[in-house]
Amino acid sequence: MATDPRTGPAPAPTGPLSAIDYSERIPNNVNLAGDRRLQRALESWQPKFLDWWKTLGPALPTQDVYLRTAIAVGRDGWAHFDHVPMTEYRWGIFLAERDPDRTIAFGTHQGEPAWQEVPGEYRAELQRLIVIQGDTEPASVEQQRVLGMTAPSIYDLRNLFQVNVEEGRHLWAMVYLLHAYFGREGREEAEQLLKRNSGDFDNPRILGAFNEATTDWLSFFMFTYFTDRDGKYQLGTLKESGFDPLARTCEFMLKEEAHHMFVGTTGVQRTVERTAELMATHGTDDIWRYGGIPLGVIQRYLNFHYSVSLDLFGSEQSTNAGNYYTSGLKGRWQEDRRRDDHVLIGQNRDMNVVRDGRIVPQEVPLLSALNLDLRDAYINDCSHGVKRWNKALESAGVDARLMLPHEGFNRRVGAYSRHHISPTGEVLAESGWDAARWLPTEDDRRGVAALMKPEYEYGKFASWIAPPPFGINDQPVEFDYVHLAEESLA
Amino acid sequence: MSVVTTPSTSDPAVDFDTAPDRYRHWRLAVDGPVATLTLTVDPAGGIVPGYELKMNSYDLGVDIELYDAVQRLRFEHPGVKAVVITGGLERMFCAGANIRMLAQSSHAWKVNFCKFTNETRNGIEDASEHSGQVYLAALNGAAAGGGYELALACETIVLVDDGSSAVSLPEVPLLGVLPGTGGLTRVVDKRLVRRDRADVFATKTEGIRGETAVRWGLVDEAVPRGRFDERIAALAADAVARSSRPDGVAGVRLTPLRREVTADAITYPHVRATIDRTARRVDITVAGPAEGPPDDPGAQGVDYWPLAVTRALDDLILRLRTNEPELGTWVFRTRGDLDTVLAHDAALGGDGWFAGEVRHYWKRTLKRLDVTSRSLVAVVDPGSCFGGLLAELLWAADRQYMLDGVYEDVDADAEPADVVVTEANLGTYRMGNGLSRLESRFWGHPELLAAVPVGERLDARAAEELGLVTMALDDIDFDDELRIALEERASLSPDALTGMEASNRFVGPETVETKVFGRLTAWQNWIFVRPNASGPDGALRRFGTGQRADFDPKRV
Repeated sequence: MATDPRTGPAPAPTGPLSAIDYSERIPNNVNLAGDRRLQRALESWQPKFLDWWKTLGPALPTQDVYLRTAIAVGRDGWAHFDHVPMTEYRWGIFLAERDPDRTIAFGTHQGEPAWQEVPGEYRAELQRLIVIQGDTEPASVEQQRVLGMTAPSIYDLRNLFQVNVEEGRHLWAMVYLLHAYFGREGREEAEQLLKRNSGDFDNPRILGAFNEATTDWLSFFMFTYFTDRDGKYQLGTLKESGFDPLARTCEFMLKEEAHHMFVGTTGVQRTVERTAELMATHGTDDIWRYGGIPLGVIQRYLNFHYSVSLDLFGSEQSTNAGNYYTSGLKGRWQEDRRRDDHVLIGQNRDMNVVRDGRIVPQEVPLLSALNLDLRDAYINDCSHGVKRWNKALESAGVDARLMLPHEGFNRRVGAYSRHHISPTGEVLAESGWDAARWLPTEDDRRGVAALMKPEYEYGKFASWIAPPPFGINDQPVEFDYVHLAEESLA
Repeated sequence: MSVVTTPSTSDPAVDFDTAPDRYRHWRLAVDGPVATLTLTVDPAGGIVPGYELKMNSYDLGVDIELYDAVQRLRFEHPGVKAVVITGGLERMFCAGANIRMLAQSSHAWKVNFCKFTNETRNGIEDASEHSGQVYLAALNGAAAGGGYELALACETIVLVDDGSSAVSLPEVPLLGVLPGTGGLTRVVDKRLVRRDRADVFATKTEGIRGETAVRWGLVDEAVPRGRFDERIAALAADAVARSSRPDGVAGVRLTPLRREVTADAITYPHVRATIDRTARRVDITVAGPAEGPPDDPGAQGVDYWPLAVTRALDDLILRLRTNEPELGTWVFRTRGDLDTVLAHDAALGGDGWFAGEVRHYWKRTLKRLDVTSRSLVAVVDPGSCFGGLLAELLWAADRQYMLDGVYEDVDADAEPADVVVTEANLGTYRMGNGLSRLESRFWGHPELLAAVPVGERLDARAAEELGLVTMALDDIDFDDELRIALEERASLSPDALTGMEASNRFVGPETVETKVFGRLTAWQNWIFVRPNASGPDGALRRFGTGQRADFDPKRV
């Protein structure tokens, strides 16, 4: 598989290869054949899933797509590439290999063997965590369903579909947990995951950010960079869960998530590269007329997606997050690298609050501020991408730079939600707030939309984006990654 | 900052005055016969510092506004026939009482808070049942704990059916306490939910949503968001069509109360409370009307004597209950002309929405007394005017002392006091148990009730003979007897007195109200003080710390 020098390799698969039973209708490595009841439940869910995929999945008709399919969770087995019709994609159930000696790493159950069944006292909380995670997976597929119509290249189209089918598989992963471990209620919740639809007025998705339509490819790349990255961090905390099946599921999902990060990082990067090139060539910021997206517009998109994604972490101070931690349900990012007692009682940290028109630190109990702890790790991660994008500007000889806005900018949730904070972190009065300067305007979106012309010729790219240096899985950039259906070409 | 502060030993003084233009948390909008009360809690608007009212959670301050709105709707808006209660936050109706507030509050504060919120919910039911002003809960999102309990007080509950919004009572599994405003009782006794389902419901933190909530009877309808407003409007229109409230009548403005507060007295135009802190006693004197009933009571508005007395007493009870927990004995007296009181009593029995509203308000205020955890003593002596509506104060008291004759040394020529029972005492002002105070007094002895003459002046001997007063004493014994009784009372355990009085006051049948104030409140108050709830490792104190409660597993 190709390694992008700018993003580094995807995480290396570890552990032994495990056989997957493809004779079954639902590929899996959880010995589904040995559990008739669960198998029947999932088989009855599968047609509903396929219905959903056909109705709300990618709208652009295709014959087949060059997709990566997990055929094993172990070394080298989880990334198998082939052309497959999307409806025949082998959505299956894969958990990372079980470590029989695994113990719970944090909270009051620290040191106890990891749970193989749901403990009754944590049923409601675990179910809620899984439902919320599960709800986001199909949501993004729904949000992105029309993007194929305006793909800047066949290469990008393939990446979109790869993200989509894997989000679908992540839904499967959550549904498996609900079916296998949560009884009748779990099955009802699994049904609800398909009944709620992104942006549906009557049955919206649970989290607000997942009800906004993804209207253009710049949004898609920003979403994939910022919002999917929130997903990565949430999965990272669930990977630490004392509930072993959840931990193993999320560990495997994280491997797939790396590709989504790759799509976002390189998508924005290639957009910026093209912008920088046009700016350098024409010596102007106003590059609409040359078919590029002005850097200011990219910055405003970035501001929007970043701030909305920060909201997904919830309030800085959260009772639930603390409870989840203490109960051993949800850990911290890279829990095993933290050098503390993994119980956190009596420990404090600083969080920013707005007081008397200034942002000042305030000491709060660490246990109540775990959302903030996770968000800090996320922010740090986000800043790497921005650095990389700025290198592209630098190499092109452009002086302007992109920046991450202040954590308090444009927030609807948490300590900043009732204040206006500028991108550079000044507390503003109502009158100083200038949305048109800092967030995408109607004109911005119209301008971007006007550039969104499909480019379906192999190896060709739309005017606003640079080609990637490599193709997927060592294939050339001009490879026939997607075979469109006849009607799409008409 | 510490999340859980130690319970405060001195609670702040609370003022119950507010008005719609001062609301921070509710918005009252009146559109013809339909009013809408929208809850959008200002997170920074807690009545005391130390917590944020997130996600439409409430504290006493929020509920004081609700009480004010409910009262104003009845008096200021005779034309309002349906009231829609809804939430102003996206996909959130109300998250119930604020937990951090509960965790940091003293026991007394929690109990008083629950009592007041319970009374307001009962008032909502009273409006739907007796006033033709029907409440409709439009749950635009999650209704948890006290949020669902507020909905339970409404006649009809409609929940948005969006695949995620649920009604829930998560107190037991999440906080280790009970739903404190009648939730458990109303689920089985009002909504008639099967007891095993009620058990599942009240132990399920995430609650029940959509069709299941309808099937179980927890809500009346689950309606998709797209049709929600339309359906609420239709249900409100139905309620309007069924209402008995009048059209085209002007309301009575509830102008600010006239009240003078000093260290040792609270004085209103017709009510005066004098505080004796050493004796831990309040002497409350209610003055009769200066003039007979007017032809048009509505024209007098808040100065109409029965309304003025009711408002003053209502406010006084709330203030004393909340701000003066150590004044354990309240002694009631009346001063005025008995015949003028009786004239008002008769006039108040007439038709018309305003008279009806005043009667129901007096009834609710007397009910406040019934559930007040203070020893109530009534004194009947010369110059008093206990007849009809004012006589209810007599029988709301735990004991009645009546002077037989006059104070010879003070005014030998004074008229001895009489009491008069009127029709109004036989069912107009029912207690929470559904009985009149006289029925309750003579519970199990219908012949004694039947023997009480209506409309006759009864002197001390007759009143004692009929069982209308505890003791009739002549002036040689009266002062000493009363003084000793009050001093003795003050020496008894306040807790035991509260329990004993509450037990004696409510005889006979159980109703939702008596269950809420009796068993639910008693259990709740026991749970509140148990270490499993309020100990340092208890569920209530641990809530919000990220730690789980450490329960003592022994069942008691």
